[in-house]
Amino acid sequence: MNTVPHWGIFITEPMILGSDVLIVLTSVAIVFVLTKFKKWGWLWREWLTTVDHKKIGIMYLIAALLMLFRGGVDAELMRTQLALPNLSFLDAEHYDEIFTTHGIIMILFMAMPFIFALFNIVVPLQIGARDVAFPYLNAISFWLFFFGALLMNISFVIGGSPDAGWTSYPPLTELGFNPGPGENYYLLALQISGIGSMATGINFLVTILKMRAPGMTLWRMPLFTWSVLSSCVMILFAFPALTVALALLLLDRTLGAHFFTMLHGGNPMMFINLFWIWGHPEVYIVILPAFGVLSEVISTFSRKATFGYGSMVFALVAISIVGFLTWVHHFFTMGAGADVNLFFAIATMVVGIPTGVKVFNWLFTMYRGRIRMTLPMMWAVAFIPCFAIGGATGVMLAVAPADYQYHNSYFLVAHFHQALIGGAVLSLVAGMYYWWPKMFGFMLDERLGQWGFWFFNIGFYVCFMPQYALGLMGMTRRIYTYPAGLGWTVPNFISTIGAYMMGIGFLFIVWQILYSIKHGKRDVTGDPWDGRTLEWSLPSPAPHYNFATIPTIQGRDAWWMAKQGELDKKDFLPDKDDIKPIHMPKNSGRPFILSVSFFIIGLGIVFGVIPFEVIGGLGVAFCMFRRSFEYDTDYYVPVDEVIHTESALGRLQG
Amino acid sequence: MTTLAHNNVEHHHGAGDHVHVDYPERPIEYQTQDGALKILGFWVFLATDLILFACLFATFIVLRTHTDGGPTGKELFDVPIFTAETLILLTSSFTGGLATFEMHRGHRNRVIGWLIVTALLGLAFVGLEVNEFVHMALEGATMQRSAFLSAFFTLVGTHGCHVSLGILWMTGIIIQLFQRGITPITARKVYIVNMYWHFLDVVWVFLFTIVYLMGVM
Repeated sequence: MNTVPHWGIFITEPMILGSDVLIVLTSVAIVFVLTKFKKWGWLWREWLTTVDHKKIGIMYLIAALLMLFRGGVDAELMRTQLALPNLSFLDAEHYDEIFTTHGIIMILFMAMPFIFALFNIVVPLQIGARDVAFPYLNAISFWLFFFGALLMNISFVIGGSPDAGWTSYPPLTELGFNPGPGENYYLLALQISGIGSMATGINFLVTILKMRAPGMTLWRMPLFTWSVLSSCVMILFAFPALTVALALLLLDRTLGAHFFTMLHGGNPMMFINLFWIWGHPEVYIVILPAFGVLSEVISTFSRKATFGYGSMVFALVAISIVGFLTWVHHFFTMGAGADVNLFFAIATMVVGIPTGVKVFNWLFTMYRGRIRMTLPMMWAVAFIPCFAIGGATGVMLAVAPADYQYHNSYFLVAHFHQALIGGAVLSLVAGMYYWWPKMFGFMLDERLGQWGFWFFNIGFYVCFMPQYALGLMGMTRRIYTYPAGLGWTVPNFISTIGAYMMGIGFLFIVWQILYSIKHGKRDVTGDPWDGRTLEWSLPSPAPHYNFATIPTIQGRDAWWMAKQGELDKKDFLPDKDDIKPIHMPKNSGRPFILSVSFFIIGLGIVFGVIPFEVIGGLGVAFCMFRRSFEYDTDYYVPVDEVIHTESALGRLQG
Repeated sequence: MTTLAHNNVEHHHGAGDHVHVDYPERPIEYQTQDGALKILGFWVFLATDLILFACLFATFIVLRTHTDGGPTGKELFDVPIFTAETLILLTSSFTGGLATFEMHRGHRNRVIGWLIVTALLGLAFVGLEVNEFVHMALEGATMQRSAFLSAFFTLVGTHGCHVSLGILWMTGIIIQLFQRGITPITARKVYIVNMYWHFLDVVWVFLFTIVYLMGVM
């Protein structure tokens, strides 16, 4: 490959030059602040080497919000280009790169870390555990995600971004049609972060199955934890298919294999099947935890137990199974034949049944509840009509013959944005608001949040409703401009206004966070929402060992029962005589170094620089051998320290 | 992490490591909570690895007839060689099992001995496979020749990489057994590396059948 970098690639384009300048300035500012306030040691000790699930969750959340910004800027650039016919704000090449990175970043580097943030922050606290099953592996997962995302994000300024869509179909993505490093960036960034995702799936499955507090049977588990369990099972069954699809395409591009080429017997359809065997379950991997968030939020703010707990669990499990039988609906038009299309069309519609069960259960939970319209509840309530429309248009798309009309049109674009924004993003934001005080110990400002809510949600409909019409009018996705006189101008212009409104909504949320760091109400109770599940029995933020003594769980929503006087509230507070030394994992810098090594391998393969591959490979091997020979991996928190912490929090009994 | 009770049994083994034991009544590899979690976690990992192989098998089955006029399996595969590979790998799985058996009886040196035998058999297997690959490449049957050969080298090569990694991993554990003897921690490591090894054996049975036997039919 003649893709060795040269300095010219850094300064060829004004837009790239602008990005270079911004990156350099931001980096200099970060280095300056860290040095001036002597924070390097703090950064290393408290964050880069941490194995604490709460801190890892916070890092995932920050990364997800940053990536939401990056993906959002991509979206605003595209909508600006499409606002009017024949604009030349972006040229075709940049437009292709931007819609590709927008898709990749929003799904893999925004939605995935956002759900992992909530997995990490909530699950151990909700099941009464002191950390996840494999804290060291958890840190590896985060840093692999982080360096995968970094590899993706530097592509724009070093060598060029991928430009073949987030689905990256061959033969377009084969070397002959797509030379240069862009596509390699895609393959490596996803592969590296994908290893991390798979490890997270294993970690949380084992955590939930094996580390629940005594008395917390599966049928007493909070619905968010159930949703994480279902999502993890899907991760484990889906991600290997992505690993294989990416690896085989990489072999085609770097070693001249013929899996998906047009010549020498290759079969491009094989990639498309493998990709969507992962890709469709991936949508449910993201949406199931979002469903879990809604169950918690709606139940808490209706002051009622979730209606139909058993059917909620059944629905989660049913979706996680049927979700594996729908992947062909992404390419009905590729001629698989009527029988195959029929099977997948019906399976796709069947997913609507358990999903409908969940929506009705949330409505029945609110029915006759004492509803409080707090910020998390507003986002949860906004979800229901939005997701219902997204689901209904999904069933329209599932009708295989009709799909020949909708396929690859803006109707599809509007549908999946409504399913993913209306489904995942609204509920994940609800979850962020809901658990924010648990993470940081302060509340987010309600008034600024209201502005953000209305701008984002009204903006959403203004942006995407016209796109359904545009799709039916024949506008296909991924075109970078269009002529005047087709009747597309007005809907496109309205859509762009909506996109700007969503952007303003996001800025309000950022402002709200920054404002509340200083002015937000402090949460001294640990239970600001009058919550139902175990995490609200702890102080905000929870001490690093979470539970001084592990409570015994005697019912579903046990903390709520205790507050109602049905159980003894003292069971949830530590007794001085019961406190024993607490076994905790030690921090380690190796997950960070291991992931840097993966990053170096990734760069090496992207540009075909063998020394990088060798150095990175040695780094990985070194880290793994050091870990194998490491026996001093954990320590005990002494009783005195626990007693001191708990009595300072005013929680100690006896 | 659980709080450990004060009445924990302290094991005193080999080179003198103190290991806190949560469940003294269980088999040695399950005696610490960490060990039990790691064994379950590794089972789950093997499930994901199995699906990875399943995807590679599916790709191979789709592409096995796509030889593009180039060499076919029937022309390339050497029955005595792949039969020998199979026998060697199956035997190594048995000797790995003997290592676990001796571990439960507390015989450190026998565990080490059987693990060395297992690793050597693994090396012999990898050597035969590399030899087979080199011969094929010299005859012009390279990964770049046809989709069938791309799929063949990738599927069989992925298995071979797994075996090679297993040999390195086993070597590390043999060293740790020398240093520390049989403790709940080293026992868990022996147990898990053997799970991995048996898993590779099972995958090979399918490779033997679908790639080689169906290839020469």
